[in-house]
Amino acid sequence: MTRTVDGEHLVGQPIDRIDGPAKTTGGARFSAEHAYPGLTHAALVPATVSRGRITAIDTAAAAAVPGVITVLTHGNAPKLNPPKRPTPANLSTLVSGTQVNYLNTDEVHWDGQPVAVVVAETSHAAREAAALVHVSYERLPAVVDFAAEEPNAVAQKGNPVMPGSAKKGDADAALAVAPVTVDARYTTPQHHHNALEPHATTAVWQGDELTVHDSTQSITWLRKHLALRFGVPEAKVRVLAPFVGGGFGGKGFAWPGTIIAVLAARATGRPVRLLLTREDVHRAVGARTPSAQRVALGADTGGRLTALVHTSVTRTSRVGGQPEQVTAPAQHLYDATNIRTAQSQTTLDWMPNTSMRAPGDAIGSFALESAIDELAGELGIDPVELRMRNEPERNPIDGKRFSHRMLREAYALGARRFGWENRSPEPRSTRDGRWLVGMGVATAYHPAMQFTANVTVRLAADGTVTVRCGFQEMGMGNATVQAQIAADALGVPFEAVRVEYGDSALPASVMAGGSMQTSTVAGSVLAACGKLTRRLSTLARRTGMQGRTPTEILTAARVPFIDAAVGSDTRLGALAGQARMLAKVVRDQRTWAKAACGAHFCEVRVDADTGEVRVSRWTAAFDVGRVINRKTAFSQLRGGIVMGIGMALFEEALVDRRTGRIMNPSLSGYHVPVHADVPPIDIACLDEPDPTMPLGILGVGEVGITGVAAAIANAIHHATGSRIRDLPITPDKLVT
Amino acid sequence: MAELRVRVNGADHLLDIPPQVSLLDALREHLGLTGTKKGCDQGACGACTVLADGERINACLALAVQYADREITTIEGIDHPIQEAFVRHDGFQCGYCTSGQICSAIGMLAEHKDGMPSAVTGEPSAEGEELTDEEIRERMSGNLCRCGAYHGIVEAIGEVAR
Ligand code: FES
Ligand code: FES
Repeated sequence: MTRTVDGEHLVGQPIDRIDGPAKTTGGARFSAEHAYPGLTHAALVPATVSRGRITAIDTAAAAAVPGVITVLTHGNAPKLNPPKRPTPANLSTLVSGTQVNYLNTDEVHWDGQPVAVVVAETSHAAREAAALVHVSYERLPAVVDFAAEEPNAVAQKGNPVMPGSAKKGDADAALAVAPVTVDARYTTPQHHHNALEPHATTAVWQGDELTVHDSTQSITWLRKHLALRFGVPEAKVRVLAPFVGGGFGGKGFAWPGTIIAVLAARATGRPVRLLLTREDVHRAVGARTPSAQRVALGADTGGRLTALVHTSVTRTSRVGGQPEQVTAPAQHLYDATNIRTAQSQTTLDWMPNTSMRAPGDAIGSFALESAIDELAGELGIDPVELRMRNEPERNPIDGKRFSHRMLREAYALGARRFGWENRSPEPRSTRDGRWLVGMGVATAYHPAMQFTANVTVRLAADGTVTVRCGFQEMGMGNATVQAQIAADALGVPFEAVRVEYGDSALPASVMAGGSMQTSTVAGSVLAACGKLTRRLSTLARRTGMQGRTPTEILTAARVPFIDAAVGSDTRLGALAGQARMLAKVVRDQRTWAKAACGAHFCEVRVDADTGEVRVSRWTAAFDVGRVINRKTAFSQLRGGIVMGIGMALFEEALVDRRTGRIMNPSLSGYHVPVHADVPPIDIACLDEPDPTMPLGILGVGEVGITGVAAAIANAIHHATGSRIRDLPITPDKLVT
Repeated sequence: MAELRVRVNGADHLLDIPPQVSLLDALREHLGLTGTKKGCDQGACGACTVLADGERINACLALAVQYADREITTIEGIDHPIQEAFVRHDGFQCGYCTSGQICSAIGMLAEHKDGMPSAVTGEPSAEGEELTDEEIRERMSGNLCRCGAYHGIVEAIGEVAR
């Protein structure tokens, strides 16, 4: 399968991104950059109460600003169908970020919910006018304080893909009698994706036909959602997203900006562009839930885990949100004799939470991997060695087989590259001038999944190949990778392959999330290429052209091109596809535990006087199955680590506990890592294919961030002797 | 409305815009030059970095009228080896910060050549300081990349600088 004309495999090569020239010359057009005649600009007006009713909206001053076309509120906006309740029976219903029918209701459900929109000839006029809209409210009692609500949390409902709790043996009894224990509470704050491109929409109605350029990770579901909300057939809606300026989960669902832009375009009869402000990005888009967690570990004196308890409390909202699988890593990482995990949640008058890079796993691994490090300290065992002593042969919670697991090898490789053997076991034992130096380690783990994607592939007599699939690209390099795969499968040069994506007019694909897009699309591309190869050999036999190039065969057969399709977008075909997909996901989950994993090694330097933390060195060794493109895959893994550095040291939405308002909704208040915060990051991959996944791909989008915050917390403990269990680890926590 | 002449990428443009319009909005909305990005509109991210007479500025913090007599260069007007180096070193993922990173890097290289120190520069020496990776990181820290492509960006700039 992996042959090419010159015998070189393209799969595995560090090929430059196809869209590199467009992105380095300013040629790539993002969703707020499409010109239309008569284009207008919109700006949102956020609610300033957490719960209440709008009693009046004074729009006179706003409407008087030169250039303003209209101010829409629930008093005058066109009617919208309410969103459907999310149900697994219709996956597209999951795409609704909230249950609020924006500008069709006088109810306010969170501080920041858009309650009006200004449409104007220019964006500056729209913004100026939006600030002049005056809204009066009847305030209602609101529950906004996560910490205060924690005792009222209720057990999370589970589903086959995400159990709310899990149990093996009696972990609490085992904990009570264990000779060595750790029992600690960890907290993580609310995190915001803050993709550099704010959410952006350009909406154009022509009669009842709707074209939407939207920064979405979910082209297909967004299209369905818009058709439902605006009462038009799906066939009349086209969603385009060839360039998305980062997502990380924050653009997975339909948030108010998208809906309101389309609404405004319908109301005005003109094209509308809405680029959220950075403040809107914080207040009108879901974030990662805060969490409070308990990890309790019991071990014998030889370091064998006898008890593992991991529980969590997260928050969701009265108008949407989702459970967060915080304790998932505890079900897979350690061969403990007894395990208990339980997740519960609070329901607040807040913006619904949403998925953010490695939902659950990113914050759950912080607590679990910190606790393991604490246990290593109690036992006096090296933290890598402690992990190796508890490395399971089968999935710990249920005994399922691993499709593939090479965590031992990843640790060995990472330790060698990093120089782990040079670490002195004692905390606070290394000093370099004013810097206390420490090394830390933690495990990365993220489950792998494959869904279904519809794909067509055309092989033409001129030797070109066109892959068509409505997948999304927000920096993962998927177009490049799929071109490599198709070129190898068909034996044509890389340059001969064109990949069309980011358009709902193409065959429907899965959303970009769960690290599953590359493997899912690859599975369909390979299947389509297989069909083409079989057609080609039939034609070759018929024309006596066996062993010749595709061009020669097609020319001899007088066939201008051959097409192959995988999956179907017809109504029945799509339903059947979805049923097949769900069945496969559930079956896979029952049969295998499959995941990408890895080992993070880092060195930190902590200023002994100020508590300033600098991350000075990083090595991560991963088992992500087969690596298709070393360049783009390594970039994604590094990107995950960089975001993890932010999570460990800086990132925190500060919430006013009285008003429920975010106090730092900006990039100068919510700090993300900058150049100076990030050391060179050494990445190594084992590059061993997983036998159960297309081409052996396990996914690289999310595993990188898991374990990062723990590795840093562990290194800080090693440097200073201080164990910080509450993220982010800011200097104030280290100097007290 | 102010009648305003701006010079962008070597071409003169006449703009009829209110004086409070930022250079960034003038470029993106009034001149259709969308290569310059808006990430925050508050001077916090660097996505809007352009060159004014070769100096890097945040276009979102500049009023267009302030720059009437200056030569503005945006990503659309840049033809520099660093662009190709960004591609080869994978100095981006989504590409939204990239225009700003590239403009900023070009401005930064000129600053360094002129002997301008940074917070991590040591004692001044007779011969020019080498542009170390640490210097690059420090001097580029006004340009955020949420995709975390810093590793490749520093490699790309380092290769062009040395
Ligand atoms: S848009 Fe100008 S600095 Fe962010
Ligand atoms: S490449 Fe996405 S923000 Fe830098």
